[in-house]
Amino acid sequence: MTAVRRVGSALLAPAIAVVFAVVITALVILLIGENPSTALRVLFDFGDTPAQQTQSIVVILNRAVPLFLAGLAVSVAFRMGLFNIGVEGQYRMATVLAAGAGAAVALPAPLHVLLIIVVAMAVGALWASIVAILKVTRGVSEVISSIMLNFIALGIASWLLTGPLRGSEEGAAIITTEDLPESGRFPAINGLFDVVGLAQPRGELYGFLLVAIVVGIAIAVLLKRTRFGFDLRATGLSPSAATASGIDARGMVLKTMLISGAVAGLIGLPDLMGRTHHFGTEFTAGLGFLGIAVALLGRNSPVGIAFAALLFAFLDRAAVPLQFADIPASVVTIIQGTIVLAVVVANEIARQLTRRRAERDTGQGGPPAPESPSPNPTGTAGSRIDEPQGAGA
Amino acid sequence: MTKTAALLLAGGLALSACASDEDGGDSGSNGGNGGGDLKVGVAYDTGGRGDKSFNDSAIAGVEAAVQSLGGDVDEDIEELSPNEDDSNREELLTQLAEADFNPVIAVGFAYGDIIADIAADYPDTQFAIVDTSVEDLGVDNLTGLIFAEEQGSFLAGVAAASKSVTGHIGFVGGQQSPLIEKFEAGYVAGAEAVKPDIVVDVTYLSPAGDGSGFGDPEGGKVAAQGMYQAGADIVFHAAGGSGEGVFEAAVEAGQRAIGVDSDQYLSASPDQQGVIMTSMLKRVDLAVEDYLNSFADDSLESGTDILNDLSTEGVGLSESGGYIDDIQDVIADFRQQIIDGDVEVPTTP
Repeated sequence: MTAVRRVGSALLAPAIAVVFAVVITALVILLIGENPSTALRVLFDFGDTPAQQTQSIVVILNRAVPLFLAGLAVSVAFRMGLFNIGVEGQYRMATVLAAGAGAAVALPAPLHVLLIIVVAMAVGALWASIVAILKVTRGVSEVISSIMLNFIALGIASWLLTGPLRGSEEGAAIITTEDLPESGRFPAINGLFDVVGLAQPRGELYGFLLVAIVVGIAIAVLLKRTRFGFDLRATGLSPSAATASGIDARGMVLKTMLISGAVAGLIGLPDLMGRTHHFGTEFTAGLGFLGIAVALLGRNSPVGIAFAALLFAFLDRAAVPLQFADIPASVVTIIQGTIVLAVVVANEIARQLTRRRAERDTGQGGPPAPESPSPNPTGTAGSRIDEPQGAGA
Repeated sequence: MTKTAALLLAGGLALSACASDEDGGDSGSNGGNGGGDLKVGVAYDTGGRGDKSFNDSAIAGVEAAVQSLGGDVDEDIEELSPNEDDSNREELLTQLAEADFNPVIAVGFAYGDIIADIAADYPDTQFAIVDTSVEDLGVDNLTGLIFAEEQGSFLAGVAAASKSVTGHIGFVGGQQSPLIEKFEAGYVAGAEAVKPDIVVDVTYLSPAGDGSGFGDPEGGKVAAQGMYQAGADIVFHAAGGSGEGVFEAAVEAGQRAIGVDSDQYLSASPDQQGVIMTSMLKRVDLAVEDYLNSFADDSLESGTDILNDLSTEGVGLSESGGYIDDIQDVIADFRQQIIDGDVEVPTTP
C-alpha cells in the first residue's frame, strides 16, 4: 500500500509537468497559427517503412545515452545537496584528452576502448575534484567554482585542440583531433535489431548504450545498497545530523564530486567512440547543462533519469519531421523548457501533498518543527527533490 | 550599381519571405503545385532563418533562383534548422535527401565533416556546401561554394588604413577559427599595404570550438570599447550578431566601424548609419543562386569548388553612406591588382 503510494507520488510530479508542458505548447502552436494535433501526430509518427521506424528508435537511443550519463553525473552530486554545474566543463576536458590519448596509442581493441574510458573518467574526476578541494579547504561554494571552471575548461580544451592535440591540417575550417584508430572505436550493436526481429535501420546504434546501462545500475546500487550511499543521502538530507552521527562530511564532498566527475567524463564518449571518432570544434556542446534538466526531471533516481533522457531524446527526434510539417523546431525546445520549469513547481506541490498526507496519517503531530524542511533557509532544491526517495531508504 | 540593385532585390525577397513566415498558417494551404521541377532542400547553420546575415542571405539566393525558374517558393523549398546544440546535422541532410529534395544545400562549414559521407550514400542527389572546400574529397555529387573572404577583407583593411587618422585600427572576430582568421589576415595585410607602420589590435570573442562569440553583443561592445580607448579609430568586425555591440561602441566613442557579410548600413539604426563606414560583402545569395541556375540548366560541374572572389564580385566592399567615395580610386586600384594576381593576399594571420 505504502509502496503503491510512494510510486504514485514519485510519478505525480513528472506527470503533472508533462501535461502542463503539452498544454502550454499546444497554446503556443495555436498562437502561431498551426494545428497542435499535427504536431502531436508528427511526434509519434516514426516513419512509413520498418527501416525508417527503427532508424527513429536509433536516433532516440543515440541521443538518450549522453543525456542519461549527463543526468546521472549531475544527480549523484544533487543527492548530496551539491550543485555540480561544472559537468559541462568536466566532459569537454575529458573528451578532448580521451580523444588525444586514444589517437596516440596502439592497443588491441578491448584494451584500447578501456584505456579511453579510463582516461575520460579520470580527467572528469580530477577536474571535478578541484571544485571539491576548494569547497572543503576554503569553503568556496561549488556553484560558483564549478561555473567558473567551465570557462577555464572550455579555454583549455580549445587550446589543446588547436595546439598539442590538433590532428586536422592547417587551414581546415573544422579543427579536430586525430581520428581514433579502428581498435579504439566502440562497435555498434545493430545486431540487437536482428535478435528482436526488427528491420535494420540505416544508422548505427551506439554500443555505448550498454556501458551507460551498466553505469546506471552501478550508481543505483551504490546509492541504495551501500554504506557509502546511505552516508551520501544522509548528508544531503541534513549535513549537521550526518556529521553528528559520525559521517566525515568533507570526505563525502570529495568522494561524491569524484564520482560525479568520473560519470561526467563519459558523456562525450558515445559520440566520440561511436560516430565522430574525433573531438573537434563541432563536437556536441551543452550536454552538461541539459544534464541538469534531465536530472531534475528524473528526480535524481537512475530509473527516473533514464526515462527523462528518453523523453528528451524522443522530443529531439521530432525536431526534423516537425519542420517538414511546417512547424518550427523551436516547439521542441519550448516543450522541454516548460517541462523542466513545470517539474520544479510540480515537485514542490507533490512534496507538500505527500507531507500533508504523512501528517494526517500519523495524527496531528507530524515531524518536529526544526526538522521540517520548509522553514530551513539553507534547504536547497537538491535536497528537497531528494526527500521522497530519502524517505524510502 | 547592379550590385546595389541586386542587394535591394535580395533584401526585399528576404523581407517578403519573413512576412509570409509570420502569418504562417496559410503556407501549404494555397495548394497548387509550382511549375518548376526543382525541389531544393536547405539545411541552415546555427540560428536558422531570420539571422539577418548568413542564413538569410543563403535563402534569399535560393528563393531568387526558384522564382526565376518558375517554381513556387513555398512548395519547392524545404528549410531545416539544426537543434540548439547542433547534434542533429546528419539527420537534416539525410532526411532532405530521403525526401527526394535535389539539390540539398548545407549552409555553413559546420556540415563539412559529415556531408561527404552523406553525399556518397545518396549518389543521385546533388549536394552543395557553403564555406567548405570539397575539391580533395573526391565526391562527384558534392559542390563547395567558397569565398575569398581574405580578398574582401583586404579591401576593408585598405579602406580603414586610408581613412584612419590615428594610424591605429582594430579587428573583432567572433570565434578564433580558421574561417574568421582569413578575415583577419586579409584585413591586416590590406591595412599594411597602405600604411606599413599601422597598429592593428586583434581580439577574438571566443576560442575555437565555442561559437558563443557570434552571439555576444555585450562582449563585442567591450572589445571594441577597449580598442577605441586605446586610440583606434576604425574597427572591423567579423563576429555575426556580436557586431551590433561593436557598432554601439563606435557610436559612443564617436568613431567608425566596418560591417561584414551583408551591407549592414542598410539594416542599421540611424545612429549606427553614421558610423558604419562600409561593409565587407560576402555574397552567399549570389553564390547559391548561380549554383541553382547552373544545376537547373545542367551546366553544373560538381565534385569541385566554385570560388567566389573579387573577380566574380562574390566578395567586395559596400558603398552605402558614401563614406568611402573619396578613396574609391585607391580601392579600385588594389582590387584590380588582386584580380590580376599582382597582390597575393594571405589566408592565415
